[in-house]
Amino acid sequence: MKRLDLLRSPAVASLLRSRWPTLAISLLALAGFVLAIVAGLAGTPVGSRNFGIIAVWIAWWAALILIAVPLLGRGWCSICPLPLPGAWLQRGGVFAPSARRRGLGLRWPRRLRNLWTQNIGFAILAVLSTAILTQPSVSAMVLLGLMAAAVGVSLVFERRAFCSYVCPVGGFIGLYSQVAPLEIRVRDASVCAGHSEKTCYFGSQHGEGCPWQVFPAGLNRNSACGMCFECLRTCPHDNIALRLRPFGSDLPRPAGRRLDEAYKGLLMLASALAYSAVLLGPWGAIKTAAFRVGTPEWAIFAGAFLAAAFIGLPGAFALHVVAGRALGGLRRGLRETVAEFAQALIPLGLAGWAAFSLSFVLSNLSYLWAVLSDPFGAGWNLIGTAAGAWTPYLGGALPALQTGILVCGLAWAASLARRIAARLVGGGTLGGRRRAVALASPVVSFALGVTVLQLWLLIG
Amino acid sequence: MQPRLLPPPTRFPVRRAVVGAAGWVILLGLTAAILIIPAPAGPAPRDRTIRVEASSYAFDPARVEVNRGDRVTLELAAQDVVHGLYLDGYDVRLRAEPGQTARLTFTADRPGTFRMRCSVTCGPLHPFMIGKLSVGANLPMWRGAALAGLAAVFGLWFLRR
Repeated sequence: MKRLDLLRSPAVASLLRSRWPTLAISLLALAGFVLAIVAGLAGTPVGSRNFGIIAVWIAWWAALILIAVPLLGRGWCSICPLPLPGAWLQRGGVFAPSARRRGLGLRWPRRLRNLWTQNIGFAILAVLSTAILTQPSVSAMVLLGLMAAAVGVSLVFERRAFCSYVCPVGGFIGLYSQVAPLEIRVRDASVCAGHSEKTCYFGSQHGEGCPWQVFPAGLNRNSACGMCFECLRTCPHDNIALRLRPFGSDLPRPAGRRLDEAYKGLLMLASALAYSAVLLGPWGAIKTAAFRVGTPEWAIFAGAFLAAAFIGLPGAFALHVVAGRALGGLRRGLRETVAEFAQALIPLGLAGWAAFSLSFVLSNLSYLWAVLSDPFGAGWNLIGTAAGAWTPYLGGALPALQTGILVCGLAWAASLARRIAARLVGGGTLGGRRRAVALASPVVSFALGVTVLQLWLLIG
Repeated sequence: MQPRLLPPPTRFPVRRAVVGAAGWVILLGLTAAILIIPAPAGPAPRDRTIRVEASSYAFDPARVEVNRGDRVTLELAAQDVVHGLYLDGYDVRLRAEPGQTARLTFTADRPGTFRMRCSVTCGPLHPFMIGKLSVGANLPMWRGAALAGLAAVFGLWFLRR
């Protein structure tokens, strides 16, 4: 299918080549981020009346998971305020690099060039999340901590190592950005092969070398690209394309999947299930345990979550893959096969997160109008909406919406599992097709089990 | 220069198209059947009074079950601080002061399981203070599970890029 290159439009190319629009949105996001931190530290401790909680964990989260990631992939990363101060310090200026660069500029250690740091960071946030989501001061401290970490990493390591290897939210966005119908790629790889200066990677007077350490000609999936468009500015051959494409075009990728990526998908799936149970379930004792960080009951909750996320769910998935290998007669390493089939968990996990977030967001979004008028919960009424009553939206339609999202995610995951299996066994012949179905069936049954469990948690 | 050969004429994959079309027809038929299947007739409706105690971010009982058509009187008793109760799908709400009981009567005419949410800010975990009211068999969930099964089979057998 021919993909529409949006950069063929001079207006779009000009807009994206300019740094001003991105900077303006980033500064707006930074202002919101600072307000969220100040409100968290100085405002009311009542989460539902504090801008720091509602703007970040309801409004931003809804926009991210329901709109930005599925449609724009890593679009958020291009305007994210977290790495901004570190990036400015690193390059010694707001726009292009200057002579006043700061930092050691070390390469990120080879051993850590994977997703494990992000996986562990996300797991730590996950076990603290009930406190983070409900206590403005804790939320503010976490945001401050993330920004401090981003600045620290920027001053020690080169480029945006924090975004690529540390940021827990970046890992989440990168994983699911692979479904987005938008991609940045080169138009003609042979042009890049003949371009000895490689200004897209090393930079030029027009801009930095790729902050995400990606050589665009080798880019074949969205998770590695931060959509900052520096390559568009530094490419002298006008060889960068921003293409519209079918959803999920990065899946399945032919080869090169790693176990850390598989764990990322499984961790995200486990988190979506755990959040659905803890935050949206009727079990008050679990909520209280998850909230009381540092107590023995919290330790039990955290241990159970980590065991489920890192052992239970991956173990169950691996067993299904083993069963599939036996049924399909596949002779291939378990680790490699698990990593391949874990791609099918990407649409499943995204659907799980979207269905969970829909309930969480729609039932709490009406708090936003009040905190916009009174961000600190100090009795202000700046825009006249401070007294707005709490009103859940679409409560009656919510189960149908959630069911539709989960069922579509499952159908997509099943189709993906079948295609992965067909590639692994060579599914071109009738016998190959039967083997592919046999190989994929246990993985699909795993996905079905997860979907039914989440349906029960959300609407059961 | 070699003479240019025309590619062999491609045959329209009739069998594949017929199987694909039949798959879609079966899928749509089964989906429609799952969505319109009527709920089984339950016991005769009756009047019920259910007392729900609210404290420490939980409702007790956490799950309430009634039959479709029952006339339900909910009694909300706040045990510690002021609590509220908002029922998804029915759009009804109650507010109870500590030590007091608030009452509300409604007819449970919509089947399914609905969230009872605390509607008065009661502490840090207030947005997640949730209980459930089940009205008859939870047909939406069973329909969802059946659709999930259908999606799994259909995705495995028919959906291709």
